[in-house]
Amino acid sequence: MKTRVPAVDGWFTMGDEPALLGSRGAETGSYFFPKNLAFSRNPVAPTEELTEVELSRRGKVWSWATNHYEPPAPYMSPDPFVPYTVVAVELVEEQMVVLGPLAPDADPSTLSVGTEVEVTLGTLYEDDDHEYVIWQWKPVN
Amino acid sequence: MEDIAVLGVGMHPWGKWGKNFVEYGVVAANAALADAGVDWRDVQLVCGADTVRNGYPGYVAGATFAQALGWQGAAVTSSYAACASGVTALNSARAQILAGLADVAMVIGADTTPKGFLAPNAGERGDDPDWLRFRLLGATNPTYFGLYARRRMELHGATQEDFAAVKVKNAKHGFENPNARFRKAVTLEDVAASPIVSDPLRLLEICATSDGAAAMIVCSLDYARAHGHTDPVRIAGVSTVSPTYPNTTIDLPNFATDSAFGVSEPERGYRASIAHAAYEQAGVGPDDLDLAEVYDLSTALELDWYEAIGLCKPGEAEQLVRDGDTTIGGRIPVNPSGGLACFGEAVPAQAIAQVCELTWHLRGHAGARQVDGARVGLSINQGLFGHGSCVIVRK
Repeated sequence: MKTRVPAVDGWFTMGDEPALLGSRGAETGSYFFPKNLAFSRNPVAPTEELTEVELSRRGKVWSWATNHYEPPAPYMSPDPFVPYTVVAVELVEEQMVVLGPLAPDADPSTLSVGTEVEVTLGTLYEDDDHEYVIWQWKPVN
Repeated sequence: MEDIAVLGVGMHPWGKWGKNFVEYGVVAANAALADAGVDWRDVQLVCGADTVRNGYPGYVAGATFAQALGWQGAAVTSSYAACASGVTALNSARAQILAGLADVAMVIGADTTPKGFLAPNAGERGDDPDWLRFRLLGATNPTYFGLYARRRMELHGATQEDFAAVKVKNAKHGFENPNARFRKAVTLEDVAASPIVSDPLRLLEICATSDGAAAMIVCSLDYARAHGHTDPVRIAGVSTVSPTYPNTTIDLPNFATDSAFGVSEPERGYRASIAHAAYEQAGVGPDDLDLAEVYDLSTALELDWYEAIGLCKPGEAEQLVRDGDTTIGGRIPVNPSGGLACFGEAVPAQAIAQVCELTWHLRGHAGARQVDGARVGLSINQGLFGHGSCVIVRK
């Protein structure tokens, strides 16, 4: 049994209802992803306090693109290479667009701008002992 | 703001030549000096655009070329701003000329590129978004171009044939450009038969990476007059603005946009703001343009630029291509050089090459691809990490 570990630390939660982890400014309410607790990028309040927040688990498709060529390293491509889709998702509450892989069992030809999707977890790559987990967007339904 | 003059321009042809980037740069520099009728030893300032894929000499491009041409004591600057590096170097020269610190300067950029996708720098760099986007998402540059293209199809009803028509146009334009790398007529069928890279974009719709070099000799209007140039091409506006928060369009190499929560969005999107700043400086608008060189990293992106520079309203760019408005001979020719479609990208040289092309048109020296009677031209581009540039030239 391989150990499931996040492919990147501190970017998302690993439970049954996974969520992306962002940060939020105490004064402005601005959201940031990936999480950054060191400084606010809202020029109105560069020194505001920042706290970690879970971002909305659901959003609406802004756009998507399916890649048919193997990208260069450091992408950890399966062998043989399998085409994959990157989705840009609009989070309504946060008023921002966040990228992520489309869950590989979802069909990109069913997507439209506005399709509702939610965060799920999937495998980015594996080694002998570990399964490296990444957030993915999956159409609701 | 006062204009500066373009005395000379020169390029090394784009291609995959397998030489050191400095060799290309020297060819372009000597061509620009000859075109300007300026002796290298009289150049007071060398503003280099950096390449980050060729080691230390690439990071200190100004000094690298000053040494290659023979030390003569000129001041040097070296600029890196991704795809906007060339114009950032030009703006460095312009600022020193307008401040009276230099009368005549060389602006120069050259690159030798690896085969295939541009990739991040090597090593395990988990705090670098450019490295992480490849590791976690496989988000190559064409992935972002694919996102923009699909968005146009969904919002504006653009078709893959519309995108292909941009390639057909640019291939036609660049066919007789001696500096272009790809000089071949392309049909809609050719594009449709090329493999999909980042759906909906195909191989023939995404710009390659190339070797190449471009250089300019620029000077004060007084220097131009004193050397017998009574009616030179002038640079009337240069913009190198960064985005204004919140930047709500997903940009390379980011994982997310800024959040628009609780703030009003800026009056213009980032691409439009790059053009706006140059228009303001030059005191002209989109209706004054006779031609434009825009950064067609993909066919679909050329359409986004039409709207960003104000040639039409959002959603109308496809119609401009369909009507032939942006073909040479049309209302406002775009990418008469053939654009990145025919050149491929040589990052630090590309923005300079765009201005070289405008210069040839304003002088009436563009040969078979000449835009007749061109008096005002615009070049524009955008690069990673919030860089962009726009130049307006006039005669």
